[in-house]
Amino acid sequence: MTDVPDRTAPYVADFEAFARNGASGAPDWLKELREGAIGRFAELGFPTMKQEEWRFTSVAPIADQRFILAHAPGSPGPSGTPVGLPAPSDIERLCLGAGPRVVFVDGRHAPTLSTPADLVGGARAGSLAAALRTDAGGELARAHLARHARWRDSAFAALNTAFLADGAFVHVPADVTLERPLEVVFVSTGRARSEGPLVSHPRSLIVVERGARAAVVETYAALSDGVYWTNAVTEVVVGAGAWAELYRVQREGPHSFQVATTHSRQDRDSYLGLHVVTLGAALARHDIDAVLDGAGAELILNGLYLLGGAQHADHHTVIDHAQPHCASHEFFNGVLAERSHGVFTGRIIVRPGAQRTDSKQTNNNLLLSTEARADSQPQLEIYADDVKCTHGSTVGPIDQMQLYYLRSRGLTPEAARSILTYGFGAEILDRMRHPVVRDRLDRLVRERLA
Amino acid sequence: MTGKGKRERGKVLLEVRDLHASVEGREILRGIDLTVRAGEVHAIMGPNGSGKSTLAQVLAGHPAYTVTAGRVLYEGHDLLGMAPEARAREGVFLAFQYPVAIRGITNAYFLRSAVNAIRKHKGVEELGPVEFMDALEEKLKAIGWDSSYLSRPVNEGFSGGEKKRNEILQLAVLDPKLAILDETDSGLDIDALKTVAQTVDKLRRPDNATVLVTHYDRILTHIEPDVVHVLAGGRIVKSGGKELARELEEKGYDWLREEAVVT
Repeated sequence: MTDVPDRTAPYVADFEAFARNGASGAPDWLKELREGAIGRFAELGFPTMKQEEWRFTSVAPIADQRFILAHAPGSPGPSGTPVGLPAPSDIERLCLGAGPRVVFVDGRHAPTLSTPADLVGGARAGSLAAALRTDAGGELARAHLARHARWRDSAFAALNTAFLADGAFVHVPADVTLERPLEVVFVSTGRARSEGPLVSHPRSLIVVERGARAAVVETYAALSDGVYWTNAVTEVVVGAGAWAELYRVQREGPHSFQVATTHSRQDRDSYLGLHVVTLGAALARHDIDAVLDGAGAELILNGLYLLGGAQHADHHTVIDHAQPHCASHEFFNGVLAERSHGVFTGRIIVRPGAQRTDSKQTNNNLLLSTEARADSQPQLEIYADDVKCTHGSTVGPIDQMQLYYLRSRGLTPEAARSILTYGFGAEILDRMRHPVVRDRLDRLVRERLA
Repeated sequence: MTGKGKRERGKVLLEVRDLHASVEGREILRGIDLTVRAGEVHAIMGPNGSGKSTLAQVLAGHPAYTVTAGRVLYEGHDLLGMAPEARAREGVFLAFQYPVAIRGITNAYFLRSAVNAIRKHKGVEELGPVEFMDALEEKLKAIGWDSSYLSRPVNEGFSGGEKKRNEILQLAVLDPKLAILDETDSGLDIDALKTVAQTVDKLRRPDNATVLVTHYDRILTHIEPDVVHVLAGGRIVKSGGKELARELEEKGYDWLREEAVVT
């Protein structure tokens, strides 16, 4: 171990500066949380491919670089200096619907690019930093923040928690219905400092209370093709009988890195549609931890990754059936071109007593080149006896029978291939319930495949 | 309709001469001769493994089959030299015995893509989604379907009967000159069979032709063939009128197989 340089030390040093200055105004519970998290990060260190959970993904490109905290204490941020803020039209371009929006630039809230936080029925969509400064927001944050994301098991989630400062805060009170999807946009400028490229740690909390209905679109995007790292965590809490959709669109820059955790917890009889579209970043790792924690809850976990060049994207999903009578349907499709590499791990845990669980998982990968690669691993852990669990995965090139079938109807091989490839995306898009968001994503997928 | 004897014979649409074909090195077709004229319906019957489906697939251009000898002329042109899509554009249609499912692609999108590929080839303006749906309405009704089948992915989760109806819908929409139906009647209940047969019968015109590949004579009580061929051991061993079909149903295929060996 001694010959391996300690990659965590610079971040621990950064944390000390962060804790002394910019973060010192935080409430005690948050300070304690951060202290504990940086300690855990230092203990865990960056993961290596020797660890089972990381056997297909090397984070060396991240660990070997020195990333500078995007909003180090005292540094001019977008809230301090409006100079350097992206143009509203740049943000407009990235939005998928016409609803209220909360915009972050390099991890910090940009109020001038965002709509007012207060919405109908007492709902709020704004910045977590602002919410922490209010009594009600602080209470809610305290009740949920870091209660759901398993930061003790993940170095990246721990690092995010240590630098927890800002991100989206969405609160939909009980029985409130939001008609239009809320848009949360995290843009990275791709600007670097002389000491190195930037890292941001966006931390979001979405709480949809009992009987409420809402859809949130979370977009990560770049304004340039510079090198940067986004290390995000989002926690989603869905109350009893609530209905929520989260669309997570990752279109980071071509030289960027993204590591993220999305953690959801559902109460009884709730519905959550978690839709993931991964298009960007040179290296991306997305952990999804979904807990069905109330009887009768239903989860649709629906993902699509379209990769090309030398892109690498690893989706690591865990669906935890903690209570009986829950349903989870997981579908991930990958389209892998050139030398790209897609990894999918789908772990399903059925806890003792989670009887009548109905769980289905599929992962289909289309390889468009002989150099593209896909690894797919289902992991079922079933501790209850009265359950229905199925899983299946495929990896392969375009099916010759399908190609011939389409050609026998007059389509050229090129047109047939294009249709079959698009089908992998369309199958996922079809499960999205919001027509406007779905259509915008459909266009994005078609552009990407063209 | 004029009587059969008086009817002027249509021009030759398909001419198969001494066709040999193999799959994975195994010879399946061993010298097929077949002439199909415009306005005719031919039934090709035969036991399992006789080469019926192979003949159908070779005519459509299935890449797994290799033609080792013989030739096929379609409207006087070398059919075997044409890519599958070129055959389709020139009016050859195969209703698959096992239709293929396509994930994510709706039936409507698939049908419109096929129609427009052919229209483009003919230099006719392509149809937009709305015009296309209008044109489709009547054809859906003919096969007893509502438009809900159009928004479902192609053949995905379709029952056997639904898949066969979907092939007939494609047939109706694409309106080919030469339709080859590969056991479209198998696995259908009596109502579905009638619907399929009626749709096919309605499409009969003096300028097109149908080749029905079938194992049973059931469908032939609804669609009257002009010629019945019996395929055995990769050859057409007997051809005759519609009464041949009944004879086969009564006597089975064994007597023909013996005959084929002798000749």
